Amino acid sequence: MTILIDENTKVIVQGITGRDGSFHAKGMRDYGTKIVGGVTPSKGGQDLEGIPVFNTVRDAVDQTGANASVIYVPPLFAVDAIYEAVDAGLDVVVCITEGIPVLDMLSVYHYIQHKKVVLIGGNCPGIISPGKCKIGIMPGNIHKEGRVGVISRSGTLTYEVVNSLTQAGLGQSTVIGIGGDPVKGINYIELLKRFQADEFTDTIVLLGEIGGSDEEAAAAYIKQYITKPVYSFIAGKTAPEGKRMGHAGAIIAGGKGLAVDKIRILEEAGVHVLDRPDIMGNVIRGGQ
Amino acid sequence: MKIHEYQAKDIFEQYGIPVTKGRMARTAQEAKIIAEELGSTVVVKAQVHVGGRGKAGGVKIAHNPDETYSIAQTILGLEIKGLPVKKILVAEAVEIAKEFYVGITLDLSVKKIVFLVSKAGGVDIEEVAATQPEQIIKVYIDPLLGLQPFQKRQMAYALFSKKDHIHQAMDIFEKLYRVFCGLDCSLAEINPLVITPTGTETSTLLALDAKVVFDDNGLIRHPELEALRDMDVIEEEDEVEARNNGLTFIKLDGEIGCIVNGAGLAMATMDIIKLFGGEPANFLDVGGSSNPNKIVKAFQIILKNKKIKAVFINIFGGITRCDDIANGLLEAHKQMDIHVPVVIRLAGTNEEKARTILNSAHFSAYASMEEAVTQVVELAKRGQA
Repeated sequence: MTILIDENTKVIVQGITGRDGSFHAKGMRDYGTKIVGGVTPSKGGQDLEGIPVFNTVRDAVDQTGANASVIYVPPLFAVDAIYEAVDAGLDVVVCITEGIPVLDMLSVYHYIQHKKVVLIGGNCPGIISPGKCKIGIMPGNIHKEGRVGVISRSGTLTYEVVNSLTQAGLGQSTVIGIGGDPVKGINYIELLKRFQADEFTDTIVLLGEIGGSDEEAAAAYIKQYITKPVYSFIAGKTAPEGKRMGHAGAIIAGGKGLAVDKIRILEEAGVHVLDRPDIMGNVIRGGQ
Repeated sequence: MKIHEYQAKDIFEQYGIPVTKGRMARTAQEAKIIAEELGSTVVVKAQVHVGGRGKAGGVKIAHNPDETYSIAQTILGLEIKGLPVKKILVAEAVEIAKEFYVGITLDLSVKKIVFLVSKAGGVDIEEVAATQPEQIIKVYIDPLLGLQPFQKRQMAYALFSKKDHIHQAMDIFEKLYRVFCGLDCSLAEINPLVITPTGTETSTLLALDAKVVFDDNGLIRHPELEALRDMDVIEEEDEVEARNNGLTFIKLDGEIGCIVNGAGLAMATMDIIKLFGGEPANFLDVGGSSNPNKIVKAFQIILKNKKIKAVFINIFGGITRCDDIANGLLEAHKQMDIHVPVVIRLAGTNEEKARTILNSAHFSAYASMEEAVTQVVELAKRGQA
């Protein structure tokens, strides 16, 4: 078992005829994900190597029975794509797009509070349940089926850690990149809750970075509700104040959002915080 | 992206928010001419991207054009919190009866736009928030509803008592909100918003200062705002050049140049360098796509820093393909003299292909982060000795 997605998840790709959309649609299908269709307005009726393309998400859902979608459309069109996916009643919507204006995401955030959908992202690598389903852009081959759940604000840093887990013989139940933007869909707490409840996850890895207060909120939740061991790495100890470190949400402002504070608060909540990500696998294996 | 007060005031004026008359000057002579045109007592204000200008001597009153000249000269010679003053605003000075604070920003903890207003205007609002939080009224805007009339009344009645002022304030709140949403701001602030003295003339509300910060992600919707970016801020020059080439670059103080893919890994790479006893010279994220030319550009930018003793390329291929990075490195070697040792660590997509490319050119790449970092820190130390 996994959280959010599994081998039965049927996925459509919004923006499937674009450069990134087509490349990753094929990549996901090759991994074994059930890619049942794609959406590009005005290209309905075409196909991408046998994957049918529809004009609207609703058409795609009606005709394929899809229950999840992944969005590869440019930033100014991404929120419309999210709304369209939510409106069509999908369970999981993954938004890969980077660079969505924060005001657009505020509206999305409040709109989805009243919906059953789980939105992952934007500005994220996606979600993967190794061996079952990959929705996103991560390299599938570094993953391995297993019992560690991973939640991260980053992309490549997640790959680094997943690689270290796999090398140490530790597989993953589900790996989720929640995205590097300040306003996004699902966050640490909701995922911690799901991993805690998932009988196939033994250990949780939480990867964070400077900026915002999501790690602090996660720490408070862990202290109260999480009994499974949690390991962490927080990137950006050496980041200067007032500079946006690549991710829109990664900024220390007014002395807030510092790595040292996040590390301290997580440690106080009983989380094992490592000072480097590349040894995560060995540390967890040693601790078990 | 930050802009200066004079630019923010231009925007306010376009949106119909009453501001004091004035213009930007780069020289004392220009300042004098502006003072002559205004024909009144003026205030000369340093235009730098930091707060606390007044305390640093960057805001002064001048009573006539000659005094404006000499004050302008003084302020243009200042350095405020390390930033040289290269521009000043010369604006008409007005009499003030009372000062207020009005600001709009994002409260990310509740994911809402929030209005902050206070009777304690003209001072550092963060200090007020820390010492007298009861002096600040917060009004949260539901993103799905937008600013409602009752919210404007709530704020206006809290600050003002005269009918005229209340109406003017509600109008200003509406317009400031339009600036904020219309231009994708992360901050739009009037501090102080003043009422001019009641006397024979009508007392009125005026924005004496203006501060606007744009959401970087929102700029894509407003390409015209790029023209407001201050190219005089030396520190940002490389950052802009990097951005124009699809890279994110931030200069630091150390001696190890970094080229990494992905923001999280780029930060982690800096942290590990430090952990192993080195100092990172920069943050550099080559981004998701893998164009060999980006690596060439990345080298051009980081090698401008003469303190650099070694370069560390750390790539975990996902969308980025390791072979593109390898080709980029070879291309960079062809195009320029890379005078410092380069340590490469590659993992992920097309790693083997990349190794073949590098080996054929007598380069080698580590697979382990630990070995690579140890090596680059060692080489940088040797370079310094």
